Amino acid sequence: MTEFTPLLSTLGGVLIGLAAVLLMLFKGRIAGISGIAIRIFSNSYDSEMLGRIAFILGLIAAPLVYATVTGHWPKMTFQTGSLGLVVAGLLVGFGSILGNGCTSGHGICGLSRLSPRSITAVASFMLTAVITVFVVRHVL
Amino acid sequence: MKLNSILIQFAIGLLFGLGLVIAGMSDPAKVLNFLDLASIPSGKWDPSLAFVLGSGVITTFFGYRYVLKRPAPVLDTSFHVPQSSQIDRAIVIGPAIFGIGWGIAGFCPGPAFTALGTGSIGAITFVVSMIAGMFAARWYVASTVLNGDAVGQG
Repeated sequence: MTEFTPLLSTLGGVLIGLAAVLLMLFKGRIAGISGIAIRIFSNSYDSEMLGRIAFILGLIAAPLVYATVTGHWPKMTFQTGSLGLVVAGLLVGFGSILGNGCTSGHGICGLSRLSPRSITAVASFMLTAVITVFVVRHVL
Repeated sequence: MKLNSILIQFAIGLLFGLGLVIAGMSDPAKVLNFLDLASIPSGKWDPSLAFVLGSGVITTFFGYRYVLKRPAPVLDTSFHVPQSSQIDRAIVIGPAIFGIGWGIAGFCPGPAFTALGTGSIGAITFVVSMIAGMFAARWYVASTVLNGDAVGQG
């Protein structure tokens, strides 16, 4: 069981939204993490490459900054073992590229733009995620 | 690319990551406890993720309206906003596959990269597999397009 955190989660959501808005303001781009990630590993090096890497490094630096300020690491509890993480990682990676986005690109940015494709995508992944959790926790 | 552009993108990534951490979204258990709708009757359901998505979307909705009135972004000559509104198979099937993985682990790409910063072996395992899955999808999309199928285009 995890504690319901309405205030912190709302604050966190506002910061995520601000980051998405700032990326649009400065670079004119959607803050889609899967898209940024796959372009880092693309074959061709372009002028935006260092910026993409810097963005991902910013994400990775966040827990360290958080731990430095608060004095404790963010809580993390895994509910599946190594095999589950490998299978889940493959599915998340595959699905995010096939569907042109993930929870950030479709969820935060796409819903904000009222994009029909993103609304479809969010409905689709929410449905299968809820079914998967039900099966894993209550059927298997 | 100019150094200030790189530093700004680092700062935006950091802000995004701090948002995820403060919201509790770097904790897979918290995500899964939201997705576990069957736990609502027992009172163990954690609705936090809905607050993250809700406040994130509202902030971005109003922010984009303001920003997209500009003729161009600060550090580029034009906006790169997807224009397609075509609902094809890939926009349903891709996210459906994504959702199964999300439901197994409680990780999606943003929180997974952020969790790398804790040095967690679990996060490293997930991210390496995720990148392999991305490559597989890119190969699959390229091969189906060569065969004249439109999957993954959009």
